[in-house]
Amino acid sequence: MKLTLHIWRQQKRSTKDNFAQDGKMVRYELDHVSPDMSFLEMLDVLNEQLTRKGEEPVVFDHDCREGICGSCSLMINGEAHGPQSGTTTCQLHMRSFQDGAEIWIEPWRAAAFPVIKDLMVDRSAFDRIVQAGAFISVNTGAPQDANAIPVPKADADKAFDAATCIGCGACVAACKNASAMLFVGAKVSHFVHLPQGRVERETRARKLVAQMDAEGFGNCTNQYECEAACPKDIPVRVIAEMNREFVRAKAVEEPPSKKRVGGDG
Amino acid sequence: MTWLCDFWRSSIGGKVTMAVTGLLLFGFVVAHLLGNLKLLAGPDSINAYAKMLHDLGPLLWVARIGLLVIFVLHVVTAIRLSSANKAARPVRYSKEATMQATLASRSMVLSGLTVLVFLIYHLLHFTLGVTNPEHFQKKAAGAQGFDVYAMVTASFANPAIALTYVAAQVVLFFHLSHGMQSLAHTLGLHHARYTPMIKKLSFLLALLIAGGNAFLALSVLTGIVKGAA
Amino acid sequence: MKLDSKIPDGAIHEKWSNRKFELKLVNPANKRKYKVLVVGSGLAGSSAAASLAELGYQVECFCFQDSPRRAHSIAAQGGINAAKNYRNDGDSVYRLFYDTVKGGDFRAREANVHRLAELSVNIIDQAVAQGVPFAREYSGLLDNRSFGGAQVSRTFYARGQTGQQLLLGAYSALSRQIGLKQVKMFPRTEMLDLVVVDGHAKGIVVRDLVTGEIRTHAGDAVVLATGGYGTVFYLSTNAMNCNVTATWRSHKRGAGFANPCYTQIHPTCIPVSGDHQSKLTLMSESLRNDGRIWVPTKKGDKRKAAEIPDNERDYYLERKYPSFGNLAPRDIASRAAMQVCDEGRGVGDTGLGVYLDFRDSIQRLGKDAIAAKYGNLFHMYAKITAEDPYSQPMRIFPAVHYTMGGLWVDYDLQSTIPGLFVCGEANFSDHGANRLGASALMQGLADGYFVIPYTIGGYLAGQKPGAVPQSHPEFGKATAAVQEMTKRLLGIQGKRSVDDFHKALGKIMWSKCGMARNEKGLQQAIADIQTLRAEFWRDVKVLGGDATVNQSLEKAGRVADFLEFGELTCRDALERRESCGGHFREEWQDAGEAKRDDENFCHVAVWEHKGEPRQAVRHQEPLAFENVHLAVRSYK
Repeated sequence: MKLTLHIWRQQKRSTKDNFAQDGKMVRYELDHVSPDMSFLEMLDVLNEQLTRKGEEPVVFDHDCREGICGSCSLMINGEAHGPQSGTTTCQLHMRSFQDGAEIWIEPWRAAAFPVIKDLMVDRSAFDRIVQAGAFISVNTGAPQDANAIPVPKADADKAFDAATCIGCGACVAACKNASAMLFVGAKVSHFVHLPQGRVERETRARKLVAQMDAEGFGNCTNQYECEAACPKDIPVRVIAEMNREFVRAKAVEEPPSKKRVGGDG
Repeated sequence: MTWLCDFWRSSIGGKVTMAVTGLLLFGFVVAHLLGNLKLLAGPDSINAYAKMLHDLGPLLWVARIGLLVIFVLHVVTAIRLSSANKAARPVRYSKEATMQATLASRSMVLSGLTVLVFLIYHLLHFTLGVTNPEHFQKKAAGAQGFDVYAMVTASFANPAIALTYVAAQVVLFFHLSHGMQSLAHTLGLHHARYTPMIKKLSFLLALLIAGGNAFLALSVLTGIVKGAA
Repeated sequence: MKLDSKIPDGAIHEKWSNRKFELKLVNPANKRKYKVLVVGSGLAGSSAAASLAELGYQVECFCFQDSPRRAHSIAAQGGINAAKNYRNDGDSVYRLFYDTVKGGDFRAREANVHRLAELSVNIIDQAVAQGVPFAREYSGLLDNRSFGGAQVSRTFYARGQTGQQLLLGAYSALSRQIGLKQVKMFPRTEMLDLVVVDGHAKGIVVRDLVTGEIRTHAGDAVVLATGGYGTVFYLSTNAMNCNVTATWRSHKRGAGFANPCYTQIHPTCIPVSGDHQSKLTLMSESLRNDGRIWVPTKKGDKRKAAEIPDNERDYYLERKYPSFGNLAPRDIASRAAMQVCDEGRGVGDTGLGVYLDFRDSIQRLGKDAIAAKYGNLFHMYAKITAEDPYSQPMRIFPAVHYTMGGLWVDYDLQSTIPGLFVCGEANFSDHGANRLGASALMQGLADGYFVIPYTIGGYLAGQKPGAVPQSHPEFGKATAAVQEMTKRLLGIQGKRSVDDFHKALGKIMWSKCGMARNEKGLQQAIADIQTLRAEFWRDVKVLGGDATVNQSLEKAGRVADFLEFGELTCRDALERRESCGGHFREEWQDAGEAKRDDENFCHVAVWEHKGEPRQAVRHQEPLAFENVHLAVRSYK
């Protein structure tokens, strides 16, 4: 296969005031691409070619190449992770493209995901959201037996459907508003369907949404592009669940206590 | 109060504000259409309805101010949210594609703004009598100053005005068809069985509202509803 | 090199309790004065960092990925073993211990394995409490399935994404501690050297992969949880960026490296399709619960699978190992696949593949039941090969998957450098010469959640907190050495890319130190690797600068280490003149079955660095089997 690629090249790191920096789309011609190659292997070939010519290779995040680590990204012809649904870029194969195709490759674009270099973006906003409360506050120790609390299969399955999120950021990239609500909704939904997770449901909903807002993501307008782009098929129901949880959490929130605490020992 | 402000300022709080105000505005649009359908029943019916509303006195003002607050909240929140959305993507993609978002969902801001402009015109036209004072005067000239029938039929006999109203209803249809299902989702309503129903219902209701309004304008234009004698 | 394994006294089931009691404690108020550096954020690293932080230690955690959640533990598919005996099928801690020792072909340390089996039950409890959505039955209770090398169902799973779910559990615990400021996380940061002061590990040198800055971090102890070295073969099921750098450079600072030749070749991977290939994809071993493995009876049979009648199919695992059948351990299943391919009975265009067939299970259970169990794996297979595994059998072939060797550690998981602890796949301790399926997750989490929090206290209690400041000259020296290496790599400006060298090394390793090894081949491999290494340092081409993101430079450093490490691996394979588990020497076999030499090789081989890999000195830690008696493994 022969391809024409347009790839975003950006040397300098994005800043708040200058997001695009020196970035621009650069055109590359690539020949001898096998349809059995994965998309990233095609980029490997390009990078080998560039290295031989003495040009700096294109920087992109990747690691497991089996669709589970969530490192790889790439907006391919305007679609997050390319044209095949339920597939990460690393598992997208060149047989999904025509010989002679022209392909536009861009980084995820969101204020909350500054570009580090070329196609590599900083997704630490996701980590900070998780740090704000996407966990069950249990220390390592001796919890009760795993079978002590039965979890209805349907609930466990729903929790799993949300927990399968790989944190790649495609939802943000695909959203017309660069909203992270599918990601955050998945965290809320994962825990709210498990009895262990319901103990902290209110604080979790409040804290996650507050952190999401602080990171500068956009707002969901229920267009569901995120769901179509998600390589793990996370359903938009998780957003509805998050909305519900947040409103509920806000409704039951008590004003800050004026009582002094501590010193009981 | 700070609690409420904090809620409004949060992303989901803003969305919920849009949904609740949207739902209330939808309720108003339904009532507005049902009232106006009296046009088909002839001058006496609709004029009596107008008088009844007018006679509410202070209550009418409460309703009007309430409606205005809801409306302003809807618009202001929309502006806040959509400017945040714009800021969330500082550089656009050079190649854009859409996977499953509907045209209606993608044009909510545009359709909303169009409805806003239309609404201002609509108020200037029928409520304040600024754009076509000659029509407005017909209302005042009627018995006890409530000849709404004469005002409306005179207006829609003008093809330009009637077609403007019809065009506005097409835009309103787009806005409502996404708005209704969107607000259900924002309010946390998502269910494997009901969500597809809600989507269909949303489309149907939007069609009924916009179609009903447009029908009123067109029925005058085409002479189904005759002008005042 | 002194190898004191510190195996506690007492009966096998009392050893861990005894050790926990013997270990000195650090009082809660003093814990916060100690700083522990944890390198790696996979199952072992995340769980260790989180658990140590919960105890009150200051923790700094490092990973080269952009988020700790992306460590390669995430890719583990099938499940995690635990001796819960929820099935009432005769499982027990002792049986899990027994299966693991036997599965490891009697080359693991009994005491460690027993502790692992004991802790397995706690892991499941801990994970469930964290919200890990394990598969459940309609009763709401946890479900199990079977894995290779066991005749009981003790594997807990979360669809085909068990590693992901367990890692996200550990990551959530870690994130909680980061949020509480008890852990300082350094993502996109790669450890490039260990700082040893007066014989103790007291810090690390890292490179910030975004800014290129070379920095040092001082601590009272260092925990390495940096995974295995499977990518020395270039093609493997490991992630692209998995590497041996942290453990290798620690080895060069004095840590003994144990059994590098024990590499696990996983029997069920998607076969290689061409030269462009960068990575091999695993198909979970759990598929062998319902899939039947076969090849045509006739050589060179090019008919489609569906056209080959049953009497012309050779279900060779069921034939050779009737009691374990398709669930024979990995090393045995892999070798059997290689044998039938060597006989010319392999399938697919390359002839390097065997069928994994679900026809019978689909007939028995229905397509829906199979889809519910393995849907995501079938989907993945279809995406990669463009073939539908529901209507035609999968083609599979063995591939490098896991490395049982690693830095030598004593019972406390401490390496030969005091203060340097090693957890998870990075150490050598629990799997002997072959790891059973669903045991890697178990070991990583046991080490991180339940072993290191105790044993590190025993070490720290004898240390003055913060005794070695970052201003100590050893930190400067180590930094200078790292900077010098970076400069050297960027300065060569030769003609061949880093990947080119990595691929060449992989070919040598796979052909001569892969599934079957022999004396002549290994000697050749050692010579070839030496030549390749010299060539690398003369002709490698690394573009770009050092003060920015430079993925070629990152890779170059890793491949430079592999070029040394690969030689040591071959030497280890050469010196181990027996076959055991994943290490198969053609000279020692019984009609294709590995033939151990317990008289001369019932020991751990531990290598001490002495300059060049060829100068490394081999030491031995003898292994005693007091509970599970040495016997020829039989799965027949």
